[in-house]
Amino acid sequence: MSTPMGTIVHARNLCKNYNTTKALDAVSLDIQAGRIVGLIGPNGAGKTTALKAILGLTDFTGELSVLGLDPRTHRPRLMEQVCFIADVAVLPRWLRVREAIEFVTGVHPRFSREKCQAFLARTKIEPHMRVRELSKGMIAQLHLALVMAIDARLLVLDEPTLGLDILYRKAFYESLLTDYFDENRTIIVTTHQVEEIEHILTDLVFIRDGKIVLAATMDEVGERYAEVLVNPDRAQAARALNPLNERQIFGKSIFLFDGVERARLAELGELHKPSVADLFVATMKGTYA
Amino acid sequence: MNTLLLLMKREYWEHRSFVWTPVWITSAILILTLLTTISAEIFAGRAGIPMGFTLDALRYGSAGLAEFSNGFDLSQLMFAAASCIGVFAVSFFYLLGSLYDDRRDRSVLFWKSLPISDTATVASKALTAMLVIPSFALAISTLAYIAFVALIVLWAGMHGLSALPAVADAHPLAMFSHLLLMLPIGALWTLPTVGWLMFWSAYARSKPFMWAVLLPIIAVIANAWLHLIGGPHIGGDVSFVAILSRLLFSVMPGGWLNATSFDLHDRHIVDTLDPGRIGAVLGSPNLWLGVVAGLALLAAAVWLRGRRIETNV
Repeated sequence: MSTPMGTIVHARNLCKNYNTTKALDAVSLDIQAGRIVGLIGPNGAGKTTALKAILGLTDFTGELSVLGLDPRTHRPRLMEQVCFIADVAVLPRWLRVREAIEFVTGVHPRFSREKCQAFLARTKIEPHMRVRELSKGMIAQLHLALVMAIDARLLVLDEPTLGLDILYRKAFYESLLTDYFDENRTIIVTTHQVEEIEHILTDLVFIRDGKIVLAATMDEVGERYAEVLVNPDRAQAARALNPLNERQIFGKSIFLFDGVERARLAELGELHKPSVADLFVATMKGTYA
Repeated sequence: MNTLLLLMKREYWEHRSFVWTPVWITSAILILTLLTTISAEIFAGRAGIPMGFTLDALRYGSAGLAEFSNGFDLSQLMFAAASCIGVFAVSFFYLLGSLYDDRRDRSVLFWKSLPISDTATVASKALTAMLVIPSFALAISTLAYIAFVALIVLWAGMHGLSALPAVADAHPLAMFSHLLLMLPIGALWTLPTVGWLMFWSAYARSKPFMWAVLLPIIAVIANAWLHLIGGPHIGGDVSFVAILSRLLFSVMPGGWLNATSFDLHDRHIVDTLDPGRIGAVLGSPNLWLGVVAGLALLAAAVWLRGRRIETNV
């Protein structure tokens, strides 16, 4: 399989069905090294299935290579270079913190016990504690400490901050950025709290009904999409330009455009960069209808 | 190798019952022994009977001595056998949950995020049931037996008798080494049950117990019914019930002794457990058919472990 250098994930035509629903419908995607990719989609859109395919946790058809390996056949080897956090509830409740560290030290060639202990020293977590004695936020801290101490090339996060309060959520992404991320690492993250991770993403992927509906860098997104605040007298002219979405605020209309020239939009009103959340809502219109 | 040992250590971290179950069972026996001895002393004292008739064997020269020391050896076997009941219960439910519990609480996603093959995971769990659980039980029952001997020696001493010649005449080391030898043979014997329970544990989306236990029972009833109405059924030389009990109950330690010339009515219990006689089971097709079936079921469990993560809970 020919994979260009620096391509971490190379997927072509991935399909996966659960009975009659198509969880993945001919998904093709490339993810480059050193990116932070947000995989965003409504519930049941296939995000988790896509991640599971990348991690070798599910069967599928199509061509997929992660770090040059096929996850279906090389999961153990792949996991030396890939880490993942699948939401806060997956650490076994009976496990003690020191047992977790001893275990990962023993089985993972790229784990640094010292790093992990240094991360944990900044928290209230003690070595003798069991996971079931920890709060949700502390479990997330523990899992993150274990994962950040692994010198991996790809980190996959599936709703890693689900159910955490905002302090833990902010701290979680902050540690990721300051203590972990660099140009040799790649992070794929799914979350419903888009607005909280928007500023850290370099790439955006929207998935809907098992299909990729948008895959672009944040820069491209900024160039392609624009929001315009339009006075009622110009609304008709704005609608003629085929906006993606229209919403009302303080008697004015906000239109979202895809790929319309800036100069023409500027005539209509004040230009803004759309938030990922607004873009998401506009793109996913009618999903649950 | 290191990974495998660490995986087995993990099983121990999760299941301390490997140790505590035999501890509770043997302690209960020791406490009962102590209470019985004390109450016997009190009743005998009240009735004015000179105590010690149960210790009479110690008074009657070499024949009595042999009987007494044989009693010690038998006690050693009994302590081991009593913990075996615990081993059976612990192993059975351990295996049934071994590839299911972590799927139910989703911690499988954490274990699967580490570079460990499904084969290593399944192997570590199978070896834990085959060797680790019985080894703990043997070690603990041996310690309990030592405490028991001390108790008897003390008791005899209170009546001015010395049990030490009988202790010296007993065969604790030979008994222990015979029991130790039974571990690897026993491990081979357990394989079909280990495979059967782990297979359903990896397969079930809910209630592995139903699949592993009720399915065979229904099969036996259906087979008997077919036999009754004269329909096609499994019968004749190969007993359907025997096969299914082999699949379900082989984790009972020493359950295979029937397949040897084991006989408790032998004069010396230590001879009964002679390696030559115990080892005879290695020549029985029953053992090796079970090994083949067990390994096939384990291979299927590995395959399922790689594909099945979701449960219905």
